[in-house]
Amino acid sequence: MSDVFLLDGEQVPFTVGQTVMAAARAAGRYIPHLCWHPEFQPHGSCRLCTVKADGHFAAACTLAARPGMTVDNRTAELDDQRRTLLQMLFVEGNHFCPSCEKSGACKLQATAYELKMMTPHFDHFFPDRAVDASHPDLLLDFNRCILCELCVRASRDADGKNVFAITGRGIKSHLIVNSPSGRLADTAMSLADRAASVCPVGVILAKGRGFVIPIGERRYDRQQIGAAEEQ
Amino acid sequence: MQAQSASQQAEIVANILQRQRRDPARLVQVLREIDEVLGELTPEVLAMVGEQLKRPFAEVAGVAGFYHFLELEQRARYRIFWSDNIIEQMQGSTELREEMCRLLWIEPGRASEDGLVKVGLTSCIGMGDQGPALLVNGRTVTRMTRARVAAMVELIRGGALVGNWPEEWFAVADNIRRRDILLGRSYKAGAAIAAALARGPAAMLGEIQSARLRGRGGAGFSTAQKWQACRDAPGDVRYVVCNADEGEPGTFKDRVLLSAYADLVFEGMCIAGLCIGARQGLLYLRGEYRYLLEALEANLARRRAAGLLGRDILGAAGYDFDIEIHLGAGAYVCGEESALLESLAGKRGVPRNRPPFPVTHGYLDCPTAVNNAETLAAACLIAENGGVCYAAIGTEMSTGSKLLSVSGDCARPGIYEYPFGVTVAQVLADAGANDTQAVQVSGPSGVCVAPEEFGRRLAFEDLPSAGAFMVFGASRDMFEVARNFAHFFAHESCGFCTPCRVGTALVKNLMDKINAGHGSPADINELFKLQRLMESTAHCGLGHSACNPVADTLKKFRPAYQRRLHSTEFEPAFDLDYALSQARQMTGRDDAGAHLANES
Repeated sequence: MSDVFLLDGEQVPFTVGQTVMAAARAAGRYIPHLCWHPEFQPHGSCRLCTVKADGHFAAACTLAARPGMTVDNRTAELDDQRRTLLQMLFVEGNHFCPSCEKSGACKLQATAYELKMMTPHFDHFFPDRAVDASHPDLLLDFNRCILCELCVRASRDADGKNVFAITGRGIKSHLIVNSPSGRLADTAMSLADRAASVCPVGVILAKGRGFVIPIGERRYDRQQIGAAEEQ
Repeated sequence: MQAQSASQQAEIVANILQRQRRDPARLVQVLREIDEVLGELTPEVLAMVGEQLKRPFAEVAGVAGFYHFLELEQRARYRIFWSDNIIEQMQGSTELREEMCRLLWIEPGRASEDGLVKVGLTSCIGMGDQGPALLVNGRTVTRMTRARVAAMVELIRGGALVGNWPEEWFAVADNIRRRDILLGRSYKAGAAIAAALARGPAAMLGEIQSARLRGRGGAGFSTAQKWQACRDAPGDVRYVVCNADEGEPGTFKDRVLLSAYADLVFEGMCIAGLCIGARQGLLYLRGEYRYLLEALEANLARRRAAGLLGRDILGAAGYDFDIEIHLGAGAYVCGEESALLESLAGKRGVPRNRPPFPVTHGYLDCPTAVNNAETLAAACLIAENGGVCYAAIGTEMSTGSKLLSVSGDCARPGIYEYPFGVTVAQVLADAGANDTQAVQVSGPSGVCVAPEEFGRRLAFEDLPSAGAFMVFGASRDMFEVARNFAHFFAHESCGFCTPCRVGTALVKNLMDKINAGHGSPADINELFKLQRLMESTAHCGLGHSACNPVADTLKKFRPAYQRRLHSTEFEPAFDLDYALSQARQMTGRDDAGAHLANES
């Protein structure tokens, strides 16, 4: 038997131990998120899924659902916060959507459209990040990294390879690969890895096949992320 | 720290790994020791460590890159970190550091080209009562003056070993100014343990309960409740962890406890071990207190020899308990208990998602009681005198006494022990502070108190505090204070969650913009907006409170901001003249012709 909680006033069933995010997803309800992925352990770092549960702010991806809990999700206040978090992610990296192969299939871009983010608002940080094109099949463009650690989790938990990790601290935190040379070519990474396809933005890209699907016909071009994600 | 050949390096690394039992959980200790001997951690060394500990290279590099004191980029024979505490800035640390760089012909934060010396900054090193202070190759030097700077520069140029520098430079005074129930008694080694043993674990826990002891790290959680939960948690192996990572700027009480009252802290750990059924204690000592390590290790050895640690303590069959010391490596966030546990396990100090809590899933996922050093010391008092006696001191909700670290504009900075409930005004009077404009209680993450509030009481029911008490006289600029704190949080954010990682950087930039004279009322609104966002969406307490000092000073000391603001609604951050600064540096020019004429 499953219990229920209220998400924006509507009942959502859940099983014991399920998070608010997982239960919402199972019920076809969208809570904006970037670092959460149903295949992997919740992480709780992007904070986009912050909801108000019984009056307290909490990340829906790590919050265990409780019977009778009242969860606010798509309120003006919460969506406003989400927009600011998105703006933060845009300005801390270098995101040039028009020239990005991931455009139209990028969760950061799609979520920003969904939340009607119109400008970056803050001054850009313009960090200096090199591209790693050493690998024969894969390109790493660190400029677009949002530190969701999905590749870290996928490589560790699904591929058993530990190709990726985060180093540095604070605003200097950044993604590194598992080789003293710092080059992806010198790691065990392969195109078939789960980590090669899990990146929600355009950091990890397959080489040699650009624009197979034309811009305008890509996943989030066809459908808003909320609807596309939850089907 | 001479340059080593590859084979010498390998041997040094192998020896250190051996000493650390090739335990992957001791990665931070391994890296810290290698860094101390070799002066840097090259990718080759990190690869060697990873291979030996069976941890991926990237993970090892990720851990090394987290801690401020581990050197990954520019090796220097002399590594100097000036404490960037606002109190020490008020004591002239900025000018002294600039002078040192000038005399050494180096840029701040960058190693000299010959690899001789690097002079940088670090967050408060717990010497606010005797600053300006710095760390040189991990050792603490206090009371810096221009004369000391000049002499130090000469010693560095001459290549003198730090161990041969004048002994008095390294002197750290305890500066205990007021003693009460904890610091005012004499202790006999083993007496508190004997008293706890005589009571037995359950009754001892009962005394902690009736003492209504609360955690001294600032949050004030009930110690008895924590110990009971840990004792009741399923599992065979339990741990006691002493949090001596007092990174909150302006706090130095643990420094004094561990230099003058280490026995109390160790015995408190033994008592906690007895109550919860742990056989192992871990003391997490902040890296800045490296200079205390040898004395603390010697103390532990003495206690083992005296039967106060190890097997069958004081002859009580089955009462086994020992203590190990772990050193931090420069990360404020590791004072947060779950980040501390991560660091203890050899990981990046990123706070965990909770629940589960440390009492059930702590060190290596075993039930763990994490307590502040001062809380553990107080447990000794309760063991000897009983809980009721302890609860008679202080206030209703805050029993016992509290150690305050008083620094800043006062005649007698140092450690003051008061029963809980003392007023801010009383502390100021005792410390000889006149004409005080503000007191920052409990450090940057605490509260900024203005004169009309000096009647407030230091207690959990009014002004909770981890112990920092920073005094700012009438002539101080409270905007500069807040700007220093903004820089502190940006430097110490772990970078895990978006609002804190980016938010602390944005707040720092906004404060610098206002400081440079480019601020407008719109920027003030922006600061408030960022504070609300970080308070409600950040992953841990650091992020929640990172904007507090800015918001506090904005509310209470608005004129300090106002006089820097332009009256317009919007003021661009871009500064044409500033944009030329790099060109000026490259050409070595700073004459009027190298500046854009002031158009107004």
